[in-house]
Amino acid sequence: MRRNGWLNFAAAGTTAVSLFVLGISILLIVNANYIAKTVESNVEIMVYLEEGLKDEGVEALRMQIMRLPGVKEARFISKEEALASLERQMGKGSQLRESLGGTNPLPDAYKVRTVEPRQVVSTAAAINRLAGVEKVRYGQGVVEKLFRLTYWVRAVSFGVMGFFGLCAVFLIATTIRLTMYARRREISIMKYVGATDWFVRWPFLLEGIILGGGGALAAIGVLYFSYSFLAAKIQAALAFFPLVNERSVLLQLFEGLLTAGVGLGVIGSYISVHRYLRV
Amino acid sequence: MIQLYNVSKFYPKGIKALSGVTLQIEKGEFVFIVGPSGAGKSTLIKLIFREELPTKGQIYIKGRSIVRMKPREVPYLRRQIGIVFQDFRLLPDRTVFENVAFAMQVVGAGRAEIKRRVPEVLRLAGLTDRTQMYPRQLSGGEQQRVAIARALVNKPVLLIADEPTGNLDLDTSWEIINCLQEINQRGTTVLIATHAREIVDTLRQRVIALDRGKVVRDEYRGAYAHAT
Repeated sequence: MRRNGWLNFAAAGTTAVSLFVLGISILLIVNANYIAKTVESNVEIMVYLEEGLKDEGVEALRMQIMRLPGVKEARFISKEEALASLERQMGKGSQLRESLGGTNPLPDAYKVRTVEPRQVVSTAAAINRLAGVEKVRYGQGVVEKLFRLTYWVRAVSFGVMGFFGLCAVFLIATTIRLTMYARRREISIMKYVGATDWFVRWPFLLEGIILGGGGALAAIGVLYFSYSFLAAKIQAALAFFPLVNERSVLLQLFEGLLTAGVGLGVIGSYISVHRYLRV
Repeated sequence: MIQLYNVSKFYPKGIKALSGVTLQIEKGEFVFIVGPSGAGKSTLIKLIFREELPTKGQIYIKGRSIVRMKPREVPYLRRQIGIVFQDFRLLPDRTVFENVAFAMQVVGAGRAEIKRRVPEVLRLAGLTDRTQMYPRQLSGGEQQRVAIARALVNKPVLLIADEPTGNLDLDTSWEIINCLQEINQRGTTVLIATHAREIVDTLRQRVIALDRGKVVRDEYRGAYAHAT
């Protein structure tokens, strides 16, 4: 290994760069997913109740809603609460109550969340059929568009990840083949003097592990610092912007990258060695 | 030691490198294989070394068929055969000692054994004062002697040399041939493919002549060309 210094450096560097890019694209995906999920989970169904529904009827409706598949929670919002919240939205100076003349035209309502955001449309339809329901609203039209958008965000990000993953495999395989080519003479001599295939193979596998693992570690280091730096900047500028920053998620990503680096090293060297063993 | 029965080797595009070769070489023999370029000398060596398999026929080495041999047994066959090439095939970034020791490391020899055995073969090859030099610092003849030492270090029963003097001048060629003869006298079977007419004619050893893939002559105390 010491005799092919720059070539090994190139192999480790290539691995590092590929895995770094792969790591970035995975982080982008994780965040895009996270944002999509956050946005999606804000989708909720407003169920407006019929005027003059008795307390028993209100409670019975709640039970019926909760029994529907996919419903996570149903929070009761009384007409009083609704009016208070409307007042808050319109601001202090608005003379809402005065202009309404002491009456409250708003209905009682349930705010329903589903386990899966996607179930909103079908659940809303089911709720609409229940007795005592005046109207169901969930941002019809907008929600469908939102789901289509998040679908494409996911699809594109997986495409990007796949592309960079393939690039990494190709670059590493090429670099290791170059290393092998530089040592084909040594390998053929080994075979001529009676080396077994495994005797020839294992140092190259070891080399692959070290190169792939080293490259992965370098990529992880750079990725960790640049991501922490960027996340801090973004969080400072846009506090509400949802970003994944849990250690467990990052740790999982880094473990994955290290495994990928070592795996790529082993696979790359195994494949490359194979060609030169046919003597 | 070596037996070939009706061995043929065809390559793609209808090239017949060897056709119907039958011959026997006994233990301890010193044999020249002669013939023009393309006569099949190199192919014959590749078959004996099991670098390639024959298209037809059987080859036995020490009573074992190497045609039916499993690929994973091939390394153990090769440990009994030393091989020397025209172009030496030394590792340029290793010293003479390391080049020879390399062959022992490959077969899993211990450190102590290597330290004892390598100087022994280097002495036999007359390279004692070249031990720590690199191949580029040596003459062609010396490089070939390193290659011979490497081929011998694992004590093979058979030594094959493919044009060992092809890159060397006549004096140096004699040096190499004398070295091979001494090895033969110590009990190793030696097989040399060569073009060196003068050497073959002088030594009067067994000569197997190939032409267009066939054995055209096989005589003891033979010459390069037909005796007229």
